[in-house]
This record gives sequence, structure tokens and C-alpha cells, in this order.
Amino acid sequence: MASTFAHMMSGRKAVLALAGLSAGTLATGYIMSDSRSTAAIEKMKIYPPSADFPDLRKHNNCMASALSPAIYSRLRDKLTPNGWSLDQCIQTGVDNPGHPFIKTVGMVAGDEESYEVFADLFDPVIRDRHNGYDPHLMKHPTDLDSSKITSGLFDERYVLSSRVRTGRSIRGLGLPPACSRAERREVERVAAQALSGLKGDLAGRYYSLGEMTEEEQQRLIDDHFLFDKPVSPLLTCAGMARDWPDARGIWHNNEKTFLVWINEEDHTRVISMEKGGNMKRVFERFCRGLKEVERLIQERGWEFMWNERLGYILTCPSNLGTGLRAGVHVRLPLLSKDPRFSKILENLRLQKRGTGGVDTAAVGDIYDISNNDRLGKSEVELVQLVIDGVNYLVECEKKLEKGQEIKVPAPIPQFKQ
Amino acid sequence: MPFGNTHNQLKMKYSAAQEFPDLSKHNNHMAKVLTMEMYERLRDKQTPSGFTLDDVIQTGVDNPGHPFIMTVGCVAGDEESYELFKDLLDPIIKDRHGGYKPTDKHKTDLNPDHLKGGDDLDPNYVLSSRVRTGRSIRGFCLPPHCSRGERRTIEKLSIDGNSLDGDLKGKYYALKNMTEEEQQRLIDDHFLFDKPVSPLLLASGMARDWPDARGIWHNDSKTFLVWVNEEDHLRVISMQKGGNMKEVFTRFCTGLTKIEALFKQKGHEFMWNEHLGYVLTCPSNLGTGLRGGVHVKLPNLSKHEKFGDILKKLRLQKRGTGGVDTAAVGGVFDVSNADRLGFSEVELVQMVIDGVKLLVEMEKKLEKGQPIDDLMPSQK
Repeated sequence: MASTFAHMMSGRKAVLALAGLSAGTLATGYIMSDSRSTAAIEKMKIYPPSADFPDLRKHNNCMASALSPAIYSRLRDKLTPNGWSLDQCIQTGVDNPGHPFIKTVGMVAGDEESYEVFADLFDPVIRDRHNGYDPHLMKHPTDLDSSKITSGLFDERYVLSSRVRTGRSIRGLGLPPACSRAERREVERVAAQALSGLKGDLAGRYYSLGEMTEEEQQRLIDDHFLFDKPVSPLLTCAGMARDWPDARGIWHNNEKTFLVWINEEDHTRVISMEKGGNMKRVFERFCRGLKEVERLIQERGWEFMWNERLGYILTCPSNLGTGLRAGVHVRLPLLSKDPRFSKILENLRLQKRGTGGVDTAAVGDIYDISNNDRLGKSEVELVQLVIDGVNYLVECEKKLEKGQEIKVPAPIPQFKQ
Repeated sequence: MPFGNTHNQLKMKYSAAQEFPDLSKHNNHMAKVLTMEMYERLRDKQTPSGFTLDDVIQTGVDNPGHPFIMTVGCVAGDEESYELFKDLLDPIIKDRHGGYKPTDKHKTDLNPDHLKGGDDLDPNYVLSSRVRTGRSIRGFCLPPHCSRGERRTIEKLSIDGNSLDGDLKGKYYALKNMTEEEQQRLIDDHFLFDKPVSPLLLASGMARDWPDARGIWHNDSKTFLVWVNEEDHLRVISMQKGGNMKEVFTRFCTGLTKIEALFKQKGHEFMWNEHLGYVLTCPSNLGTGLRGGVHVKLPNLSKHEKFGDILKKLRLQKRGTGGVDTAAVGGVFDVSNADRLGFSEVELVQMVIDGVKLLVEMEKKLEKGQPIDDLMPSQK
């Protein structure tokens, strides 16, 4: 899999060629760009970086923890080849000092090159967010071979549903904070065209947000498939909601077990899901669908953004690597009340959420349990970790039911050093 | 700096048709005026500070229409925007400002002696009087486009510039430094402005870096107030309880003149030209940028079938007392001038004074059960 992405596509635009180059070439960035007028360049002199340094004293996000006046000074006047600046990367973190429950990342990429040109800031943020993963020393493993998964069938008296999601970006097109309308429409065209080539259990249909009928909209809402215009200021301040609902849409297969969101928070978000506890089948379909879509876009000369330092490139640094969240809705009435619940989850490298998603609380003892990590472990490793972890949680629940003792498991190591 | 613009020239690799926004469900001035041909002509241009056509129209693309009012749908990023994108903005200005032509000249008159009357609006009906406008500092980018460094410089100039005396002596409260007590007091006085929540403003990038370099200055008697770096560089407000609009306007003019002098001492001037008058962020506030108005009790007149028509003839508009997006409560209306450009400050406040006088007369007649047909005004 890895070697496919190292291969350069011939005859593509220069920007694609740049995207495949190693980190060093782009590290210096573009100090002077011919798009900038004399007035803009004059302004850079009148206002030194210290005049523009954001006031982050009340802030609590990864960007604010990492950004120093020295780093800002070095990076302020650089641009990626697409003209994206550091201020544009960090605007969302400046505008949103902190989330009550979770330390937010506070910065986004406008294009693939952002991660290189602004590495002085992205790298410490990535280390902070991804448990010390160092993009300069480590390589991220990609593994979408679902046949390696073992014991992926949960006890359905406890596990109500299973789901795996990730994102993919189309190399050469601007990411949601930065893309122009034409680029966004191109993402839609490339993705929808590829998806229309899916067959068998993956065959399905695309619904453009701007053009769907009232009935279609209601059905998609009832199926819990429809995504809405972002209201979270974390997203709107990053410019991701511009031109809504232009070029946004939802694709899903006829069986409603494979779903793709187009141009929401990333170019594409890919979701495989079903009721019940067959995580192995969910992941198998996930891998098969992703590989098939990749093959279909490659037929037309496109590819996903990927490199061996950071894995799959997505808008938010928190989703680098696998971009994968594999999870279940599981009933844990006794275990969830046990004081050791949080510690057990922590050691299993799992997180809990309410069944409404990241900003909700649990209802009726049903929890959304998923992997914490995204980068530094492969897809197979993370899904196996979720399977083993959820099996352990269900075992604990059963033991508590019988009045037996449960143990806090030893912590799972983070990276293969 | 707005998003999605970045390296504008890169967008040129796509055709105008590929980039043209979908305005099929839109109802704002920008959507009415922008054609594919115009987009094609203007899309590769940028002002000296880098503001582009897409930056101008983003708010109008993101906000298809307001239920109560036809919004403008575009903003300026700097003074030069109005010149470079005149093909788009002139027709919008014409549509929004009663037929104002690109060749028309705007008259500025901030001499309160030219006002006739206005000191005796009946306080039993006119509960409060207020005049506001905006000012931009020449040479700086406007709120949608300014950098943090520029915004802070504007704040610094405004604080220094507000060393006024007498009735105008006061104090500056930076939004990010104010204590809880100061904040509560400013809320109770109805002075505090909050981070914008309207998508019309957010989509144009005016709320970036909040609350950095934003603040409120007001005089000790709480009758003269300046907002720094909200929707414009400066918003200047003169107000008091009761119906003495003349006094409100006099303080308004005196204050503005003094503030302008203080800026000039520091080598800065306001953005102004003889065609567009005072230049502000939103094209709707060009000219005088002036909204002069009262909170007035009109429980009977407001139910009259000709109320809307009377206001129109008097060149007045009504709002709820909570501001532009609210409805009236208890028969109390915010009544103010509808125009901004093409009339001087004195002319607009005179219209408010004369118009409100007539409305109160009509209200009194209706209270007594008398008809108001003979009081009907002609179109101003």
C-alpha cells in the first residue's frame, strides 16, 4: 500500500508534483510570492511579527501551547505554494480559546503543504495531540487488510451497533478551509464519479445537499445520515462553512451500511456501520470500499493525500494517520457506575462519548466506546484494539452481573519504539 | 484576512463559470447585480492590500437572504474596494440608496446650527433620542480584512484620540481587560456590545481575533459613546432620555469634530470623498452613515392601516426597540431615517425631527378619536 503513494503520477499539475516531494524541499516555504502586491509587502515591514502576535493568554488549545513569538516570527511571512498562510492555519485557535471538556487542536491545514511549510508549529501540536508521535523520527503504518482481524463478533446482548469512520483528501485540491468554489466542486465531481462505480453490496446513490427533495431530506434525517451546516465555531472560524451548501452531499449504498460525506469537514468522510456486533464485517466492508474508491479515482489520474510521516492527510491534525474512529454503542449499566471505569478505558486506550456524538452525554447506560488514537498505529491495530477492549468491557459487565471481581488491565503501550 | 481567497491568481486556472457562486436561492443586493460577465471581468483583480471580489461577496454568498429586510450582501475590505469593484458596488449603491448615481456628489453638514427646532419633541411620547454614525481611519484595512497589528493600532489611536474634555470627558474600556463589575455596569447601561452572532457579520470575517483590540469609550455623563473595532473602525453614538434631539445632535457634531481634530493631530484622517461621503465597511452605511432616531409611543397610529405608508412618505423606518432584528413591544417603536447617502447629516436629522413631530400629532388625534386624513404628508 505504501509504495503506491510514493509513485509520482506523470502529466499532473505542478502542485501535485510538489505535494509528493519530501519534507525538506518545502520546509523553507515561500517568503515572497508574486501574488502579493507592494502594499502587502510594505505592510509586512510596517507591522513586524510582534505587532500581529495573537493574544493567547486566556487560551487552552494545542496551538496556543505550542506557538511562541519566535515560531510566529519565523513563519508569519511564509506561504504554501497555494498561498495559504500561518495566520489562516491558526485563526480557529485564536478565535476559540478553549473547549470546556476537551483540549482542542486550535489549527487546521489549508492544503497538504501546510504540514511542511508550517512544520515548526504543526510538529509540536502533533506531538502534543498524538501522545508524543514525532513526524521527523517516526513512520506511520497504513494497513487496511481486514483479514488480520480476530474475534470481531461482539455479544449482541450488549453491543447494539458497530461503526468505523475515516476521512480522505484528494491530492492537488485545497482543503475545506482554503478551497475555492471550483475546487470544492471538483472534489464533489471526483468523489461522486468514483462512488458511482461501486458495485454489489456497495452500489448506491449520491444526494447533493442543495438539490435534494424534501422527501429525500426527511428520509436521510430519519436514517441519521444527513449532516447539517456546521454551527460549531471551531469549524466556522476556520472557513469550512463557506458557500454552503454548494458542492456538499451525501452518498450511501442501497443497504445503508456504507456512507460517504462530501465536503463537510474534510473532502470525504467514509463511514461503514451496521446494527449489532459484527465489527469484523463492518471493517471488512470499510477496507474494501476504501480500496475500491481509491482504485476508481486512480483510474482517472487522482490519488489520496498520504505520506509516510503523517499517513492520510486531513484538515485537522487530530485526524492524521488513520483518521480512524472505530466504535460501538454498548450497554454497560454496572461497569459504567464502577469507579474504575475511567481507568479501565484509559488503559485500554479507549474513550467514551454519549450516543449523540462527541459533545453529548450517555443516555440509558448506553455508551459510544471508541479508540483514542489516530496516528502511529495502523487501521488494523486500532480496530483490533477496539475489539479486544470492548470484549474486555463486556466481560467485566458480565462478571459484575454475577458479583465476581474485575481487574483494571495493564496499560497498552503507545508506540512500537 | 479572509479565507479561501489566499492566492487569488491560482483560481484563474478554473473558468469563471466553474467559480461563479450559485445564487439561485438568493435574495440580496449582491445577488441581484452580480452577473457571470461581471464576475469574469473582476475576478482577477485585487486592491493594493489584497482584497478580492470573492472577499467582497462572501457574506452575500453565505447568507441568501434576511426575512425582514433585503440585505446588501457585500462588504469593503479597504477604501480602494469601492473604486476597484465599482462595477459591482455602484449598481448596489444605486439600488440601496434611492437611485444615487456614480456621478452624484454627497453633501456633508455637521453644523447643528442649521437644524430648525428639535428641542421640544413631547417627552410623554418620545422616550429617548439617539444619533449614531461610523468613521473609518484612512490608510487602514476595514474590519473584514485588517490584521491584528492594524486593528491594535486603530485601538491605540482611538484611545489616545479620546482625550476630550468638558461634557465629553470620559474613559476607555478594552473588552479583554474589563472587570466583571465594569462589564455588568456597561450591560446595565445598554452600552456593551457583544461578539457579533449575526451570520451576516461572521461570514465577512469581522469577528476574527475577538475580543482583541475591541473596546468601548464613553463620557462620564453617559451621553456620548464610541465603539472601537466592532463592525467599523469607530461607531459614534450620542443619546439621552427624552425628546431633545437638538441637544443630542449638537453633542454628536461637537464630539465628532473634536475626535477628527485629535486624529488629525496624529497625522490621520477619516476615509471620506465627495462622491461617497464617509466610507464604511458596509455599502449601506455610506454617505453620512447616520441613523438618527427616537423611541416613541405610537400604540394607536401603529395600528392604523396607513402607518407604513406614512413612514415611507416621511422617509422614515420603524424597528423594535431591541434594534434592527426585533419587533416592537408595548406600542413603542424605534423610528429613524431610512436614508444614509445623498442627504446631509442636518437634512436627515431634520427629517426625523419633522417626521416624529407629525407622528406624535397624529397619535394624539387618534387618542381623541379624531381623524388624521388632513395631516397626511406628501412624499419627501
